[in-house]
Amino acid sequence: MKPAPFEYHAPASIGEACSLIGSLEDAKVLAGGQSLIPLLNFRLARPAHLVDINRIANFDRIYERDGGIAVGALARQADVEDSQLVARVCPLLAAATRLVAHRVIRNRGTVCGNLAHADPASELPAVLLALGGHVVAHSARGSRIIPAADFFTSVMQTRLASDELLTEAWFPKSTGRFGIAEESRRHGDFALAGAVRYGDRLALFGVAPTPVLADPRDPARGLQPSADLEATAEFRLHLVQVVTERVFPQ
Amino acid sequence: MKINGTSYPAPGDPRRLLSDHIRHDVGLTGTHVGCEHGVCGCCTVLLDGAPVRVCLMLAVQAEGHEITTIEGLAAPGEALHPVQQAFHECHGLQCGFCTPGFVMSVVGLLRQNPSPTPEQVDEGISGNLCRCTGYASIRRAVHRAAELTKP
Repeated sequence: MKPAPFEYHAPASIGEACSLIGSLEDAKVLAGGQSLIPLLNFRLARPAHLVDINRIANFDRIYERDGGIAVGALARQADVEDSQLVARVCPLLAAATRLVAHRVIRNRGTVCGNLAHADPASELPAVLLALGGHVVAHSARGSRIIPAADFFTSVMQTRLASDELLTEAWFPKSTGRFGIAEESRRHGDFALAGAVRYGDRLALFGVAPTPVLADPRDPARGLQPSADLEATAEFRLHLVQVVTERVFPQ
Repeated sequence: MKINGTSYPAPGDPRRLLSDHIRHDVGLTGTHVGCEHGVCGCCTVLLDGAPVRVCLMLAVQAEGHEITTIEGLAAPGEALHPVQQAFHECHGLQCGFCTPGFVMSVVGLLRQNPSPTPEQVDEGISGNLCRCTGYASIRRAVHRAAELTKP
């Protein structure tokens, strides 16, 4: 299991990175690599070019912006988990990050990479959706904000254009009542089903091609989760009720 | 990149995984390779002091960074590192395949949290798979390592 050949690029600035991904055919951005490198090892992904953004300075900032928390593209999940600022302004983000894989993975994995990878069973996309946050995308054409509700389009598909780099994720200040619950076969595995609560809002993950907002009183309505070796569709619908009750206790 | 204090050039081929670089190019075979997709934890080393899985990094990415492998914890003939000593005392290993990864994860865990609760120990080792020793004695070894590490 070794990656197929690719050309490696290590830009030193966001501008350089954007001009590379805008001009290269079939380029993939490498941040923490905790999802991309397994795909390369399995050769499920065989990009012609890898643009490694790890050499870009000051790209790992976690700071307050517009009353919320902005997380730079290289901020590691472990740093977000440990951040006093995140704990104060957006404790749901800290709680959710602790559920992502294992600490050793989180030492390397990034919040923005997790969002851009858009695994439907991942916690952080559902957090961004529940909170109504956004991501910032940069390209040689300029930058734009993409709200969470528009960002996730299908399984591992997002609104990012092929020449765009996700440079920052923004989570609104959220000190109200929150909760996150998930069920997985083993600790650290992707969730079979999960629920994120903020106030009265409920976002589900692991049960649709993207994270979805749902009605806490009838969370499974309209869902058609897929079946796999780990869970049938019916079992996933059952888990939706279970995890929803956990974040909205009677 | 520096591995256990010695500088090594990065490999010419960018698709060389850091795990293969450490084992095949540098010759430090204490870092074991199990699954090569970040599940088993056998290839865990310290990157700038924090545990990471080197099957999920390209060797070129380690340029300018410091790596500590299991060989770097204690020099030959010297006293074992407290975590190694604890695994030895508590029978935390049997076949030994998963052991370097466990030891490096636990070194990282205890640096972050010198007095972990039983739950934090379980969480801390949950990313490493063992198929023969059994987790009970590994758990005991982590608690013993915390005792040995305390000043």
